Amino acid sequence: MFYREAGDFKTSYQDDNQTFPIKFDRYRYYFVLFVAFAIIPFIINDYWANAVFLPFLIYAIAAIGLNILTGYCGQVSLGTGGFMAVGGYAIYKFMTAFPDVNVFFHVILAGLVTAFVGVLFGLPSLRIKGFYLAVATLAAQFFLVWLFNRVPWFYNYSASGQITAPERTVFSNPVTGANSEPWMVYLFCLVFLVMLTLVARNLTRGALGRSWMAIRDMDIAAEIIGVNPLKAKLTAFAVSSFYVGVAGALYFSVYLGAAETEAFGITKSFNILFMIIIGGLGSIFGSFAGAAFLVLLPVVLKNVLVAWLGWPTDLAAHLEFLIVGGLIITFLILEPHGLAQLWRVTKEKLRLWPFPY
Amino acid sequence: MKKTLLSLAIASVALGAPVSAELVYPSLSYRTGPFAVGGIPFADGYADYFTLINERDGGIGGEMAKVLECETAYNTEKGVECYEATKDSGALLYQPLSTGITYQLIPKAEADGIPILSSGYGRTSAKNGKVFRHTFNFPVNYWDGASIGINHFKEQAGGSLEGKKVTLLHFNGAYGKEPIRTLQELSKMEGFEFNTIPIDYPGQEQKSQWLQIRRERPDYILFWGWGVMNQVAVQEASNIRFPMENFMGIWWSGAEQDVLPAGDGANGYKSLQFQGVGSDYPLYDDMKKYVVDAGKAAGDGSNVGSVIYNRGLYAAFLAHQITLDAQELNGTSSVTPAMMRDAMEQFTLTAADYEAAGLGGFGPDIKVSCENHGGLGTAAITQWDASAQKWSLITDYMPSNYDLINKLVMEDSMQYAAENNITPNCD
Repeated sequence: MFYREAGDFKTSYQDDNQTFPIKFDRYRYYFVLFVAFAIIPFIINDYWANAVFLPFLIYAIAAIGLNILTGYCGQVSLGTGGFMAVGGYAIYKFMTAFPDVNVFFHVILAGLVTAFVGVLFGLPSLRIKGFYLAVATLAAQFFLVWLFNRVPWFYNYSASGQITAPERTVFSNPVTGANSEPWMVYLFCLVFLVMLTLVARNLTRGALGRSWMAIRDMDIAAEIIGVNPLKAKLTAFAVSSFYVGVAGALYFSVYLGAAETEAFGITKSFNILFMIIIGGLGSIFGSFAGAAFLVLLPVVLKNVLVAWLGWPTDLAAHLEFLIVGGLIITFLILEPHGLAQLWRVTKEKLRLWPFPY
Repeated sequence: MKKTLLSLAIASVALGAPVSAELVYPSLSYRTGPFAVGGIPFADGYADYFTLINERDGGIGGEMAKVLECETAYNTEKGVECYEATKDSGALLYQPLSTGITYQLIPKAEADGIPILSSGYGRTSAKNGKVFRHTFNFPVNYWDGASIGINHFKEQAGGSLEGKKVTLLHFNGAYGKEPIRTLQELSKMEGFEFNTIPIDYPGQEQKSQWLQIRRERPDYILFWGWGVMNQVAVQEASNIRFPMENFMGIWWSGAEQDVLPAGDGANGYKSLQFQGVGSDYPLYDDMKKYVVDAGKAAGDGSNVGSVIYNRGLYAAFLAHQITLDAQELNGTSSVTPAMMRDAMEQFTLTAADYEAAGLGGFGPDIKVSCENHGGLGTAAITQWDASAQKWSLITDYMPSNYDLINKLVMEDSMQYAAENNITPNCD
């Protein structure tokens, strides 16, 4: 009844091409933005920021990045953790080398460095495909983490190999370091997420996104109709790595504050891969849904089992593995296209409601 | 989630009120993951000691002690979540038992004003209390440990390490890298040849490391390992018939579970310790009576008296003594984190105090000041007897090379102070 195209007249090309063609969707989108920017910052506290919102925002950026590469361009990558490490160590070097530059630009620069590294490791994708490419990116994961552990220059020769983010401010409010306010770090990450999502959404709708999807669906056919695989694959690697690098930079500097290479291990790569598989490959909404699912579920389970039911922490931790693992399998069997597909089906049904035929 | 929000709201209100009913000690434990083999006994010892105090003495100064356990799986992200989840509940002191998590919590705790006590782990240069106002690492730290280990080898070699080869076999992370700088300095001073061999997380596979050791034939090996990598290293050392008396682990690499799998091959393996081994102390009689036999032991109760259990108990014992000091200094039974910090900065512990607590000779003397948050830096050496299946202390608590450690602590802490705009001061 409310959710339909009828009656919403598009009178310009711009209207016709907008992201949310249905009025209800559009208002929902404005509402979410309003809540995110104008309500949550006023009620957020340290716990909610550090346990829920920061990981969600940061993993959502990383998931969009990986989704561009794997979901839209069809290049399987297991190197996400390694690329996040590039972002994290790059911003550490920038922050300590150029303390006078605003940290906002450091994040962007860290993303660019990661994009460059991503392109280097993406070169083999021109020759190898599928599982073989997955193994090549796995090599990137191990090599990068090993490199940052091995070469003291990356961690400024500190005694323990730990990198610690110094305090940096935006509009004279600290966003890194221990004195940062929860609303400020939340907004800082949110701004990045919103900007990057807008870019990703429009990239994937444009010529570049179409060439990625053509490569994904059938690379030989794409070549025949004039898509340049070199350009398509390498741009996918570059854009994807930029996103993952930004996520890694925020993850280290804003969220953790101190890190060692262990934080960027292979489990991180798998975690983000699970996010996009559960959320839905080739869908921006799916990246959000997957990140929310994998960030929120353990926190909710922990609070229910330990804080409410008072179970021993080790039992709760083991049960958490069981439940999350079971849910992942259930989801993949019942809805192989992820949470995004569930959302798509709901929308189709809503269009017909209340008179389905 | 509603309840969490609500309880958080209540907790923040309760914080504002002066009277809090319980003394809260968060225990960021890890009963799962690759390091659970050490995490479980530590968490058990920590919880059991406070259970004993509550059951036997009716709490600390009349206030019941509450251990708030939170599972981290040795994962830094979960460590942050645990810290944020527990800090508003009136947490008095954090003892996170993970160098990585300690690094993360140091700046947060400094901002929130909650003290951290990382006994025998964490950031070594936190010894400089002028820079790290809320972080303490008494009674001993890694650099002390490295120095004491080298001193012992020197004695064993007949007074000089000139021309000898010493290898550091270490976990390739923050924890394992800590002693490298000290050992490099020591190698210059003592004239031994020094090299490092890293083991990557989690370390079940060490064939290449031990092949390298066979090739290079070091005279002595110092070992910085934790969790499953300990058992593997001791087994591999026994496989290549490395003389076990020349192989010494840090205090995190010298528990029963580390040497038992290697059987007789582990006989003679050494380890540094900063607390007593075994359960031959009067306090353990009370522990048996009030906690174990009463069915109130944490976990499955099988760890009582093991090395890491004792260390968890020692951590809780220190927290207990600090709380008593804080209560005495302020004349109130409900202490705050700030009172705890002040009490820690003037904390002293002598042999008589250990005796009074039923733990005679259990740990080294401790003396803390603003300039020195690390105590006296003494540790003892234990050796494994495979036939009796027992660790035994073979030395007294020995001091480290104080001048050298102090110089390195100053260098590292001042660099941290400069990076983070901290003006070192004592007030």
